[in-house]
Amino acid sequence: MAVTTSTILTTHNRKSEDSSPSAIINAPAPQLRAARVRKQRIIKAVILLVVLAFLLVPLLAMLLFTVRQPLSGQWGLDAWKAIFTGSGDSLGTDMSILWQGLGVSLALCVVTVLMVLVLLIPVMVITYLRSPKLARLVEWVSTLPLTIPAIVLVVGLGPIYRWISADVLSTDPIWLCFAYTILVMPFSYRALAVGMRSVDMRTLTEASRSLGASWPVLFFKILLPNLWQSILSAGFIGIAVVMGEYTVASLLGRVNLQVALYQLGQSNSQISTAMALLALVFGVVLLVVLDIIADSIQRRRNA
Amino acid sequence: MSSISANNGRPLERAVRSRAMSPARRRSLGTAAVTIPFFSYVAAFLILPTGIVIVGAFLSPTNAFTLDNFSKLTQANTLESFCTSILVSILSAVIGAIAGALVAYALVIGAKPDGVIRRIIVALCSVLAQFGGVMLAFAFIATIGINGVVTMMLQQFFHITVSPNWLSSLPGLITVYCYFQIPLMIITFLPAMDSIRPQWREASESLGANSWQYWTSVACPILLPRFISATLLLFANSFSAYATAAALFSQRSIIVPLMIQGAIRNEMDPGQQGFAQVLAFAMIVVVAVVMVLSHAFEKSFAKWQ
Repeated sequence: MAVTTSTILTTHNRKSEDSSPSAIINAPAPQLRAARVRKQRIIKAVILLVVLAFLLVPLLAMLLFTVRQPLSGQWGLDAWKAIFTGSGDSLGTDMSILWQGLGVSLALCVVTVLMVLVLLIPVMVITYLRSPKLARLVEWVSTLPLTIPAIVLVVGLGPIYRWISADVLSTDPIWLCFAYTILVMPFSYRALAVGMRSVDMRTLTEASRSLGASWPVLFFKILLPNLWQSILSAGFIGIAVVMGEYTVASLLGRVNLQVALYQLGQSNSQISTAMALLALVFGVVLLVVLDIIADSIQRRRNA
Repeated sequence: MSSISANNGRPLERAVRSRAMSPARRRSLGTAAVTIPFFSYVAAFLILPTGIVIVGAFLSPTNAFTLDNFSKLTQANTLESFCTSILVSILSAVIGAIAGALVAYALVIGAKPDGVIRRIIVALCSVLAQFGGVMLAFAFIATIGINGVVTMMLQQFFHITVSPNWLSSLPGLITVYCYFQIPLMIITFLPAMDSIRPQWREASESLGANSWQYWTSVACPILLPRFISATLLLFANSFSAYATAAALFSQRSIIVPLMIQGAIRNEMDPGQQGFAQVLAFAMIVVVAVVMVLSHAFEKSFAKWQ
């Protein structure tokens, strides 16, 4: 799944470059091609309907599953009530693990996103301005985690985490942030890179330096405000990745949202399916906001 | 950045030092100082773990160099799970690539690039391609699990009984994997479809080519490298997928990531740690080869953009 978001970002990236040729497709077709256009329309409808059905049926099934008792066939909102009232007592389910996992995941989102931004932004800015060679190295290193499967990373992280939890810190799940920072890095890198390409950082730097701005002033008062959209989208993508992460947490034996969902699923699959659906809706909202942000970056660049 | 300029030596010393250090050198030292935290972090949590896997694959339990671990790779059940992994990845990648490319084609023909349908589908796909792991397993259990909605509808209306084990069979696993492969293909391949210029079609038509000739000798040869590179990406994606399978199968280790999970959990047996590392090492090799190939194809497509 890791590869995905990067492609979303590159898609946004390329959209503007490609929009001019595809706009020509929409020029009114000559009459000679009318028959072909009709045929194409049918093909298009068939393909889209079949694939969309495949994609939407499981989501509908999830929704139905949460409101209909699979065994007794009774309809009811018990699962949703349990989530929104915070207690599963009416269904005889202990939901404390879910809240614990949710709390851990939310805390991990904050810490991980902060760590990624603090690590990446200064390095990307300085190498962009001063050393294209180092900038390429930073790009290569930052996107490297995409090519290393998370499960492989866990095998290598095992001994490191054993040392961390025994000798340095603790077994608290918050320390998963070290691994998550690596997992999030490629996605955040791409988001930030899009933003840095869209503002002319070099001109901004030269202008403000020649007007006497110090490096900290330049960084905090000039560059960061100009990059805030891409920083925001880098953060959102990080949140989406952390909220969906299961591999590292489950194999290192820590409980986060996904691990809790899985464990709760063993005792009450309705509540955990409802919660999974909720997490999905949360993801949709995050990525739609990301889409809007990417769009506004694009529009600013084109303007 | 300010670490160099903010040195607090005495005036004379400072003067001497600034004369000794040329501005260029100071700049490069400043750059280095800023990059150090980043590179040391990556070294600790990315390079070191990968190194542990690679080195560990060649170490015996007593930390001596050995190739014994690799002999476990050729054991029947290890080979079998590698074959299953590769088979599932190939099939789900090919099905996902073809279906995704068709959708990308359908989205490009006769639609505005910013059309509503296209935007909705792209947004949905971005989410679904992310929609991995436990939640995906739940979705399919709710659909075609024992008490799934589709299972019950098939039973009620068509009297077809879905085997309760279908989800944990290979066709079931491939179907589940397609659920994130198709959206991933759509968002990866759409830009390639967009870059096909309508002028190429007009040019080939004015030279007398029909639709078939246009597709076989113009569009497909141009799109093919990108299509192959995207398919390889999907292969790597499903080859490294772990969470979905882990949530669907509680006991059997039919694919490599599940085998690694088994080896990690068996920490009592010291030989198992080396085994996990060998399996992980083999995964790195497979994924690395696939990614290098993918990049090569990507490059040969790039000249058309």
